Amino acid sequence: MTTTTTLERRPAAVSLGAASRRSGHWQRVTRRATPYLLILPALVVYAVFTAYPVFRQFEISFFNWHIFPGASNPFVGLSNYTKAFEDPNVRTAAFNSFLWIVVTVPLEMAIGLFAAAVLADRLPGSALWRAAVYIPVVTSWVVVSWVFSYIFASQGGIANGVLGFFAGHTESIDWTARTWTGNGVMWLLTIWKGIGWAFIIFLAALDGVPRDLAEAARIDGASEPRVWSNVVIPSIRAAIAFVTVMLVIGAAQTFAQVYLVTSGGPYNSTQTLMSYMRQQAFIDFAFGYAAAIGSVLALVLIGFSWVEIHVLRQQDL
Amino acid sequence: MAQRSKQNQSRASYRPGLYGTRPRTRLRLVLAIALALLSLGPLLYMLMLSFQSNGDIQGEVVLIPSHPTTSNYVQAWSENSFGHYFANSLFIAFATVVITVALASLAAFGFARYKFPGRELIFYTFLASLAIPNVLLLIPQYLLMDRLHLLDSLLGLVLLYTSSNLPFMVFLLRGFFAAIPREYEEAFRLDGASTLRVVLRLIAPLSLPAIALVSMFTFSAAWDEFPLALTMLDTPSKFTLPIGLSDFIGEHTTAWGQFFAGSVIATLPVVIVFLVTQRWSRSGVSLGGLR
Repeated sequence: MTTTTTLERRPAAVSLGAASRRSGHWQRVTRRATPYLLILPALVVYAVFTAYPVFRQFEISFFNWHIFPGASNPFVGLSNYTKAFEDPNVRTAAFNSFLWIVVTVPLEMAIGLFAAAVLADRLPGSALWRAAVYIPVVTSWVVVSWVFSYIFASQGGIANGVLGFFAGHTESIDWTARTWTGNGVMWLLTIWKGIGWAFIIFLAALDGVPRDLAEAARIDGASEPRVWSNVVIPSIRAAIAFVTVMLVIGAAQTFAQVYLVTSGGPYNSTQTLMSYMRQQAFIDFAFGYAAAIGSVLALVLIGFSWVEIHVLRQQDL
Repeated sequence: MAQRSKQNQSRASYRPGLYGTRPRTRLRLVLAIALALLSLGPLLYMLMLSFQSNGDIQGEVVLIPSHPTTSNYVQAWSENSFGHYFANSLFIAFATVVITVALASLAAFGFARYKFPGRELIFYTFLASLAIPNVLLLIPQYLLMDRLHLLDSLLGLVLLYTSSNLPFMVFLLRGFFAAIPREYEEAFRLDGASTLRVVLRLIAPLSLPAIALVSMFTFSAAWDEFPLALTMLDTPSKFTLPIGLSDFIGEHTTAWGQFFAGSVIATLPVVIVFLVTQRWSRSGVSLGGLR
């Protein structure tokens, strides 16, 4: 460390000039190639396992695709797409995915921001509280889906126990076997697990809020809600936009909870687009059809991100 | 001690808090405890139930174990090749972290330090994947792995996880590397160090907080991943923990006690990794380029 600080005082331009005078043609070539060589390994992995599959999905969606070896995969044009738009299960799944976004995203953001506001400044034990709020994010969907299923189990579930104790409700409710209570349990689970992620981004953003400005507003007699709406919120707009985009994209692709808690039932009434897509592909082996469902959702989401980025650029954030 | 509190005071006067002169510490502390309980509640409940013997869990509402026992842990670990799943998950998570950190660091260094034709294009190609929904990938990745004979393979999952984590990590690390003063690097190069050496010996040590953060994100993503593992893996001996845990949940009988014990075992490593890196990465990482 001491050697770096002493060397650092030398003017950078001189050292670069000396280096280039010494370097021959070959060294210039390697110097040009260096950045490409640095990026190449990551780019190859990314191109093969992420970029290529994206194009492949759109391709598959135009075929009646079979996974079996030797099977013919006839080109069917847009018929997978027209079928998707007429499928009532797709309509239900799309509606459920939309509800998922509308219900969970605002609550995750509101509670996440609230938690960040509570924990933004120094507080006794703040590292502990911050860790506690974030921990649900790192837990596995399999674990927490079954824990919530157990809490809402018809026999021995704590939810029915509480209802029985306080409301004298003796009939046990099979929460996860019904459409709306099943959705409710899964939304609750999603919100519980999503708060921490919004929280951590908002916490970082609140760190950058100009304290002096907030204090100046207070001295001018602004109430606390006004300080938040006029100083704090405007200065974390970029974080709010980022969290909105990421949570919406995440919520639109809900899969694990549905697969584990209700399996999309009863009668596909709690399917989301992604869980229905996976069922079509890997249970019913309709790969082309499933790819079409996924492609439509993906196009909607890409369009959404594009509009969001465009709006952000205009606001100069 | 006295010196320390003085230091704290001078720092506080230099930078007033978000709540100015009225920090409302007591109210915020009560709310913080409430939020912590809300977040940890279901997990503490799981911990509690893991000590309840299986027969007592069925049918009755259990709050606190009536006859605490560790037998669930013994059974969970010895049955259903649970140790095997644990080892598989550990291998996948570690391999994914090592490869992702290595590839992302090199690429991030290239993006942060060099100007070259195509830089913007390649960088935004990476970044675009943040907007690529996973829903586009499951089916074609399955077909690709089938073609590469990497279905039902731990290595195949490592490659898929690496690819899905890379773009965000490149993005985070690039922001962090760009903030390291160039003069350090030039001094290093005067001593004749190669680019690889600069990354390994200078940039990486200086970026430990960011690398810790990247490692934590990648570890938990690989450790918990469900849809791809569910789709790609077929042989029970290759199952990861999330897939293996489902074994306890049967069609007709469910070994809840063992499932909860297994869940505790499956949750501990990722929580430990998070707590360790949280300590490490607190110094100076405000999520890289996000702000």
